[in-house]
Amino acid sequence: MGIDLLYPKYEVVRNFDRCITCRVCERQCANEVHSYDPELKKMVADESKCVDCQRCVALCPTRALKIVETDNTFKKNANWKQQTIEEVYRQAGSGGVLLSSMGNPQEYPVYWDKMLINASQVTNPSIDPLREPMETKVFLGKKPKTIELDEAGNVKTALEPQIELELPIMFSAMSYGSISENAHKALARAATKMGTCYNTGEGGLNKELYQYGEHTIVQVASGRFGVHPDYLMAGQAIEIKMGQGAKPGIGGHLPGRKIGEKVSQTRMIPQGSDAISPAPHHDIYSIEDLRQLIFSLKEATNYTKPVIVKIAAVHNVAAIASGIARSGADIIAIDGFRGGTGAAPTRIRDNVGIPIELALAAVDQRLREEKIRNDISIVVGGSIRSASDVVKAIALGADACYIGTAALLAIGCHLCRKCQTGKCNWGIATQREDLVKRLNPDIATKRLENLLTAWNHEIQEMMGGMGINSIEALKGNRLMLRGIGLSEKELEILQIKHAGE
Amino acid sequence: MLREGEIRIPSGCAISGIIDRKGRRCLNGQKIVDSIAIMHDRSNGLGGGFAGYGIYPEFADLYAFHIFYDSMEAKEACERYLDRYFEVVSYGIIPTKNVESIQDAPMIMRYFVNPLLTKAKSIGKVPINEETFVVQTVFYINSNIDGAYIFSNGKNMGIFKAVGFPEDVGEFYRLNEYDGYSWTAHGRYPTNTPGWWGGAHPFGLLDYSIVHNGEISSYDANRRYIEMFDYKCTLLTDTEAITYIIDFLNRKNNLPFEDIAKIIAAPFWNELEHMDPTEAKKIKTFRNAFSSLLITGPFSIICGFTDGIMALNDRLKLRSMVVGEKDDIVYLASEEAAIRAVCQDLDYIRAPKGGEPIIVRVEREGK
Amino acid sequence: MKRIYVNEEWCLGCHLCEYECAFANSGETNIVKAFKRDLKPIPRLHVEDAENGIHFAVSCRQCEVPYCVLGCITGALSRDEQGVIHIDDNKCIGCRTCMLMCPYGALTINHNKTVTKCELCTDNNQEPACVQNCPNNAIVFEERE
Repeated sequence: MGIDLLYPKYEVVRNFDRCITCRVCERQCANEVHSYDPELKKMVADESKCVDCQRCVALCPTRALKIVETDNTFKKNANWKQQTIEEVYRQAGSGGVLLSSMGNPQEYPVYWDKMLINASQVTNPSIDPLREPMETKVFLGKKPKTIELDEAGNVKTALEPQIELELPIMFSAMSYGSISENAHKALARAATKMGTCYNTGEGGLNKELYQYGEHTIVQVASGRFGVHPDYLMAGQAIEIKMGQGAKPGIGGHLPGRKIGEKVSQTRMIPQGSDAISPAPHHDIYSIEDLRQLIFSLKEATNYTKPVIVKIAAVHNVAAIASGIARSGADIIAIDGFRGGTGAAPTRIRDNVGIPIELALAAVDQRLREEKIRNDISIVVGGSIRSASDVVKAIALGADACYIGTAALLAIGCHLCRKCQTGKCNWGIATQREDLVKRLNPDIATKRLENLLTAWNHEIQEMMGGMGINSIEALKGNRLMLRGIGLSEKELEILQIKHAGE
Repeated sequence: MLREGEIRIPSGCAISGIIDRKGRRCLNGQKIVDSIAIMHDRSNGLGGGFAGYGIYPEFADLYAFHIFYDSMEAKEACERYLDRYFEVVSYGIIPTKNVESIQDAPMIMRYFVNPLLTKAKSIGKVPINEETFVVQTVFYINSNIDGAYIFSNGKNMGIFKAVGFPEDVGEFYRLNEYDGYSWTAHGRYPTNTPGWWGGAHPFGLLDYSIVHNGEISSYDANRRYIEMFDYKCTLLTDTEAITYIIDFLNRKNNLPFEDIAKIIAAPFWNELEHMDPTEAKKIKTFRNAFSSLLITGPFSIICGFTDGIMALNDRLKLRSMVVGEKDDIVYLASEEAAIRAVCQDLDYIRAPKGGEPIIVRVEREGK
Repeated sequence: MKRIYVNEEWCLGCHLCEYECAFANSGETNIVKAFKRDLKPIPRLHVEDAENGIHFAVSCRQCEVPYCVLGCITGALSRDEQGVIHIDDNKCIGCRTCMLMCPYGALTINHNKTVTKCELCTDNNQEPACVQNCPNNAIVFEERE
């Protein structure tokens, strides 16, 4: 009422000529928007609760529903947008920090869309991926400075532990707690089938998923949730989460309403109370402390697992990466500012961090200049949306990509960005049993496998077009990219030429 | 118009190589010229060159620098530098003949030198040895002394190149006055008009010389990796990158040429299943450790070095290459015609598979 | 023989199977029109919604020993060679004996007072409609021992 009224953002438009009052919308909306009025013998909707998750639209058997943005608008103002004004009202009403989910939705340049890929013609033939081998196998880990042979001509040098991937895409860290057990199961199974890895995120590892250990990256975050020796040994690699692209500088946030018994057990924390990870690791206040933790983890696992350090893309990411490369880490994961999250303060999500494209270009270049690019592999994430983004990332210098949001979209997410409420209608970002049920891991696993298969094939097509038949020849091959609509400075930072040159 | 080093110029070409297995200096330069001349149509007259081994027996222990100068100032600056760090035992203009089609020749000189290691400063922790010293000198002069370009810097070998058809280049340099035990040749068909002699092939570093037909798609991935190891890719050509890769693997990493072939033209993953497990493990380690040295895109190269020659095609055999032999002399070329032109009657002639290296090592008596 | 099986683990109680079943067996081509009629199509399976959050779609089990067939006084119910149990509308007199005999409550009454039950969409020239349209793979059509 009055000053506190925030007019509903969405309107539920029901075509009564098509509605057969089957009530699926009513049964499937966790936000209780739809209901059947027996007196009027019609379906009615309370749009103040609608979050535009598209569940009812997707399930309606007659396509009678659509969700539209309301056209109740404030006076147009390029500076004070309606959303900005409403956020002030909300803060005046609650005194609290605004919380949001998923990645930065604001208008900032997307550099992937401003880079173009090459193709071979005339002087160099393209290669047909359907008829010739087209290899996308990748190894992540520290590479040796030199290889020594013994008298028989066999390799004497022992390699540091590596992760072997069948394709250059892994599932990014999404914690158990922020997403459901069924979602984790699907990610684990799909990663195993496709020969890649998924990441536990900072929520610890469910006992039932230990069986997929060879395809699991276990994360050690600032809250150290679920970290114990079995956990460390269970995975293929260990990832130290120093930062996350969606919220650089602060720790993870899991609202208490999403912490039930199972989450509580896996994370080793009490039920029902907010789990807020500390901003820094309280035992890592400087780069030398990080080195200490890296080696502690290696000692604890007998030097059998590669250690990944995950950082958010911030202004001096190149210098940070250089420090990490010298600290004993095997792999660096960089998360760009568009990365997703289960919950983050809105202002931090939307204003902190830099695009992954620029961060990757800067880090790769800097490490080569310092001649230490071989000491670590680079994995990037923070809005990899398609196979062409993967190709461009590898051409800029990445070894592999992490996908988070894309994986969730594959299993049903419609990016309504209300994960923090715990009422995900698709069964993904929720712990409510009745909602988690909606995500059948059999279906979800197949969809994730399909996604990776499709992207891998597209990558092979693009590689073949460029005359490349092994993905290692694409890594850092910046001459395969041209910028379009980029300024001199942007081209300089990306170290690519402009289209036409 | 930008020249090599300022812009990347892809090209298609012709290559040829002849080597005597016994290391006898029985091959006259004219022979290799005749071989490459037959492949005239593979070039467009914008570049040709040769590398000869064993051609300076009287200065066999000295480094033979071949240098282009655009101006007297460049020559003076360069000679001042050489005098400081090298003992220059003998020098002079490389003898040439007037050939109508070879125009705009720069000054071409050669110097037989000994590095003065006492004058060398070490680079970081790497101890200076003769070869590193020479390599650093070459990089320094080529990047810092404007107008001077060292295009050959090995012992008892020399590269001769220019802008023109290879047979004309051969005549220009009077190659019929040289005898050696190994020769390679190249004719160029670039898709631009470079007009610069330094850009022609072969490319040489120490005693490695490469002639190359192809265009590698992995170029930038290879270049950005090899530059981490103190190499400067100033020409931005495929041949330069390939030469540095071979120098890196052979000289710095002590890997034999057989293994080098397995790294730059590595077997496909699906071939590992049919290999002996020890070999498969080796290949897997190589592909992992040296992933950025895999060369994709069509190439056929002939790499000459003091003790022999290696010819190699890319894994998909996207460029031609044939090898033949007669009486201990091995012939390699882009076309059979080029071999038959200098040796009609051969013991055998065949085309190696993609990724299969042909390595000929010279067997010297008493050595 | 393939039968309809329900995994209650995945049944969300959305009731879409009922609507799709009714439509598939209605003889109509347009689902909206089918349900806008005064006499709405009747589903041949029904979803049980329990208080504890478990939902389950109940349909004819195509029993090996079919009590409904044994109890039918007109011979309207019969079992074919494949094992599917069919209802002959012309013979059914609506006495409802079968409904009493069936231990699963799988039979319901049609608008024309005859009984109806799941016949595995054998007369619809398609895979069972409930299986095809379940959004969560809770209903499957497979062989089990």
